[in-house]
Amino acid sequence: MKLKKNIATSESGFIFNPATGDSFSGNAMASSILLAMKNGEAEVTIKQNILQKYEVSPEQLDRDWDDWIVQLKEANLLETGSYDGK
Amino acid sequence: MNKLKYERPYIKKLTAGAMNKFGSLSGSQPFKFIDNVPVKSLVEAYGSPLFVISEKHIRRNYRAAYRAFSTRYPKVQFAWSYKTNYLNAVCNIFHQEGSWAEVVSGFEYQKALGNGVPGNKIIFNGPGKSKKDLLLAVENDSLIHIDHLEELGLLLPLCEGLDYQPKVAIRVNMDTGVYPLWDRFGFNYENGEAWRAILKIVNSGKLKLTGLHCHIGTYIQTTAAYGVAASKMAALAIKCNTELKQHIEYLDLGGGFPSTNTLKGAYLPGTDTMPTIDDFAEEITGTLIRAGFENDDLPLLILESGRLLIDDAGYLLGTVLANKRLSDGKLATIVDIGVNILFTSFWYDHQVSPADDYSPTVENTVIYGPLCMNIDVIRESVNLPLLKSGDHIVIHKVGAYNMTQWMQFIALRPAIVLIDEQEQVHLIKAAETLEHIETNEYIPEHLK
Repeated sequence: MKLKKNIATSESGFIFNPATGDSFSGNAMASSILLAMKNGEAEVTIKQNILQKYEVSPEQLDRDWDDWIVQLKEANLLETGSYDGK
Repeated sequence: MNKLKYERPYIKKLTAGAMNKFGSLSGSQPFKFIDNVPVKSLVEAYGSPLFVISEKHIRRNYRAAYRAFSTRYPKVQFAWSYKTNYLNAVCNIFHQEGSWAEVVSGFEYQKALGNGVPGNKIIFNGPGKSKKDLLLAVENDSLIHIDHLEELGLLLPLCEGLDYQPKVAIRVNMDTGVYPLWDRFGFNYENGEAWRAILKIVNSGKLKLTGLHCHIGTYIQTTAAYGVAASKMAALAIKCNTELKQHIEYLDLGGGFPSTNTLKGAYLPGTDTMPTIDDFAEEITGTLIRAGFENDDLPLLILESGRLLIDDAGYLLGTVLANKRLSDGKLATIVDIGVNILFTSFWYDHQVSPADDYSPTVENTVIYGPLCMNIDVIRESVNLPLLKSGDHIVIHKVGAYNMTQWMQFIALRPAIVLIDEQEQVHLIKAAETLEHIETNEYIPEHLK
């Protein structure tokens, strides 16, 4: 589950894909997860950190994580093949 | 350590172009209370989904509408349109306020009698009256509004041997400049059909033509159409007086006034575009006063408004069942409110509010109901905060037609509660059960 290498992100939630020119804005949770993903943190670590810090059940987080990956895929921000088990 | 409030991660593509003049979210606060009663407590006590009706709203709407007409015209009478919402509790609020009953079937007629409405204060409209219905209306001295000649043919023999003339009116249809022309009901004004029907009634000598009725359409968004209708009705009444010496006691202008819901496809929200009831009242009463009635002998003005008086007094509470992504990445939210109980979602883009606290992030979503049917769509596109399963929502302005046109289909119909003026909650219709549905079903012996 890797972000494309050249994706630029800011702490305020702004995301820019220089390859396509697309830009996005994310909420606070999105920007903190993107930062962690850019730093190469594994899915399990990111989830653990969220569970420690935030008021959310593991089941809800798992559902939202699946949705998050679909959003990144739709936005063309993931490395090809990194999201479908290839 | 207290944990931080969680919100699911969400990114939104930024697009250059014209700014959205409608803003991002309708309603900046969660809708947590109806008449100071917490939405959450209502759902906990009566289940979800749940219809909620505000008595305070109904009375306020009625009084505002009545005031709009009665301050401009000396003789005004409202008749509550039963088909709009015929829950007995709702009807009785209108009757307490002074409304007569306007019914369109034998079933509704019986309901009005059951609610204690005197027969002579029941207006019987509609194209489907049976001989039995008509007999009941004749016996109760009701105002029978004749829709077609077959009905007149049914009615005349019922008058044999009576020592009084049953009171009737005819329904008149006409061109008022709006589309569609509702010429399927009543007798046409322009081609002289209405006048011929009047002659038949008067010449029969068995019926007393006391009024004239029209109902030009529904959700009429221009006041001018009512001006045309009032003018033609007045001309017909004056013609009855002068040519037939038949005094017309009342003109019933029907209903059809819009609520402030936003029609599907409308560019601007209903709250910004619909004329007010004062605008309609000004047009109708001004036209009648200038119409030239002799010696200021103005007829009683009857109005049968339904939707306008109750739409915004009704709320539908529901619960989010799930979120999912469609194939194009668009968010879909599934709620427990289906089109079988929210018939008006086919007509309106209903306002939907979250009932719980939410963060400022919004996402465009399609709201689906729980039915396993492709047509079960509550909103095709609405900006909502990031809802999760179990969150409650409130759908606004659902008081008209939903609680009469709802269907038992796939799921059972929910309960309805009324919040009274003292903010006390009353169950006025219990949720449907399997027993209700199967009570009049029979299985032949060989299939048992």
